[in-house]
Amino acid sequence: MSIYLIRRLASGLLTLVVASVVIFFVLEILPGDPARLMLGMNATEDAVQALRVQMGLDEGLYARYVQWACGLLSLDFGRSYTYSVPVAELIRERAAVSLPLALIALTLSTVIAIPVGLFAAARRGRMGDTMAMTVSQFGVAVPNFWFALMLVYVFSVWLRLVPAGGFPGWQSGIWPALKALILPALALALPQAAILARVTRSALLEVLGEDFIRTARAKGLTRKATLWRHALGNAMLPVLTILGLQFAFLLAGTVIIENVFYLPGLGRLLVQAINQRDLIVVEGVVMLLVAAVVLINLLVDLSYAFVDPRLRTRA
Amino acid sequence: MSELGAVSEDGFLKKAFGNRSFVAGLVITCLVAATALLSFFWTPYDVNVLIVSNRMQSPSLQHLFGTDQFGRDVLSMIMVGARNSIAVALVAIIIGMGVGVPLGCWAAARGGYVDDVLMRFNDVVFAFPALLSAIMITAIFGPGAINAIIAIGIFNIPVFARVARAGALGLWPREFVLAARAAGKGKTLITIEHILPNIANLLLVQGTIQFALGILAEASLSYIGLGAQPPMPSWGRMLFDAQTRMVVAPYLAIFPGMAIVITVLGLNLLGDGIADTLDPKLRRQR
Repeated sequence: MSIYLIRRLASGLLTLVVASVVIFFVLEILPGDPARLMLGMNATEDAVQALRVQMGLDEGLYARYVQWACGLLSLDFGRSYTYSVPVAELIRERAAVSLPLALIALTLSTVIAIPVGLFAAARRGRMGDTMAMTVSQFGVAVPNFWFALMLVYVFSVWLRLVPAGGFPGWQSGIWPALKALILPALALALPQAAILARVTRSALLEVLGEDFIRTARAKGLTRKATLWRHALGNAMLPVLTILGLQFAFLLAGTVIIENVFYLPGLGRLLVQAINQRDLIVVEGVVMLLVAAVVLINLLVDLSYAFVDPRLRTRA
Repeated sequence: MSELGAVSEDGFLKKAFGNRSFVAGLVITCLVAATALLSFFWTPYDVNVLIVSNRMQSPSLQHLFGTDQFGRDVLSMIMVGARNSIAVALVAIIIGMGVGVPLGCWAAARGGYVDDVLMRFNDVVFAFPALLSAIMITAIFGPGAINAIIAIGIFNIPVFARVARAGALGLWPREFVLAARAAGKGKTLITIEHILPNIANLLLVQGTIQFALGILAEASLSYIGLGAQPPMPSWGRMLFDAQTRMVVAPYLAIFPGMAIVITVLGLNLLGDGIADTLDPKLRRQR
């Protein structure tokens, strides 16, 4: 286990290092000089040059990478060109919206998908199964931002239950803030739930075909008890894998969904920073998201050991 | 024509036409493709002509899906938009397969450090959420349909590389490959003659999945303004324009979205159907 753990950690770290190189150097070849963009087309060459020196843009690419990467280690993401505040502060502020959003969506998707998958697997080939799988087939095909628009139309324009967009901030109270996150979370969660429900069902069906299930049934256990006690736990491995992948999808999904609902989260920050050529912000946000994905995948791999005792002893 | 060849081999088509998913998916996909082709010759109205007096009309017999803020016919725009979606997703797959499959086959054939390095690089690309890397790439090269293709195509590369490698690794120890090696054939020749035909099924199924994902990714990119640029009609862009007019004209958002759902649904059903027919075990991940 410990050797496996070390190898897994090392490969995660390596991924992060390579990712930081890729992010930095790929973004630095972006056409457009941030200093020129900040001052506008009418600025004098001297002024632009002075700002370049002030921003550290006159130093070599390599030196700037080392500086940036070393900063990352102490969670110093540099200073935003356009907001004139530390990027870390911007990220902290925006993550207070994106992280709860992604977590609510992940929870919703899991809470909906696993019972639906169980239900469908228990009724394999019958009406309930066919209906659940037809609905989920549609769910997989629905783009989340379109689903978001439809939700806005029904719940905000029509029923006037929740705001159509914007975020009041957590300081205005938990409930108004949560209310603003309900529709975005639903829009993110339901298409993901459709995928997860299908995976849960097929993982369960695969396990239900195994010999030990037949044994459990033969010794007199009811179908229901077999499903809950023997099948569900064994079907958890693929479900966990997909859950980890889905977290990455959800993080990327927030980029789009936050733009639909005008939520001041990381995704909106990213798109705005791209449009304003605020490279250091783009690099910081992308690096953070990649680190989150690497971390989640690591946690998923480790959690295998808890779900499957065989992996604990073997590795 | 290759399907006709397959009939004589293992009755693939006969089996496939008994599969409900396959038939439904094939019908939907063909309809969408036919609509896109039709738009080259005929659309109900010209999408390049703006008639301001006709703007924002609700669906009617003259304009089945209504008209947009410039008086353009929404149905005609959806038809032309289908071209854009299909072209972007298709070329992105060609890029992904063209680069990914040789890389995956190379990794499987060579093994050792080549395999290690390629797969480690794959892991790095996989650590970037697909849409995020697409957003970054379009941000670097500027928005537009061509750059959307490149962005989605680059994401497709590791996916196909992984599928090709996994498939090829399973084939190398097989007897027929060993026989070919014993006969003195080189690794490149074996890959072309024996490995590729045997992983074609896997690649085809993955192709339909990536096609569907490509359609969704293109729509997302053009929705946030990084895909096809106006006046070129695209489904994502139409949804963006519809957003601010939801209160007065919900139909502007409903129809382009349905177009996306139907297209993606068709491709997914087709993929499921092919996977089921070729090998019921492939169905697992869907």
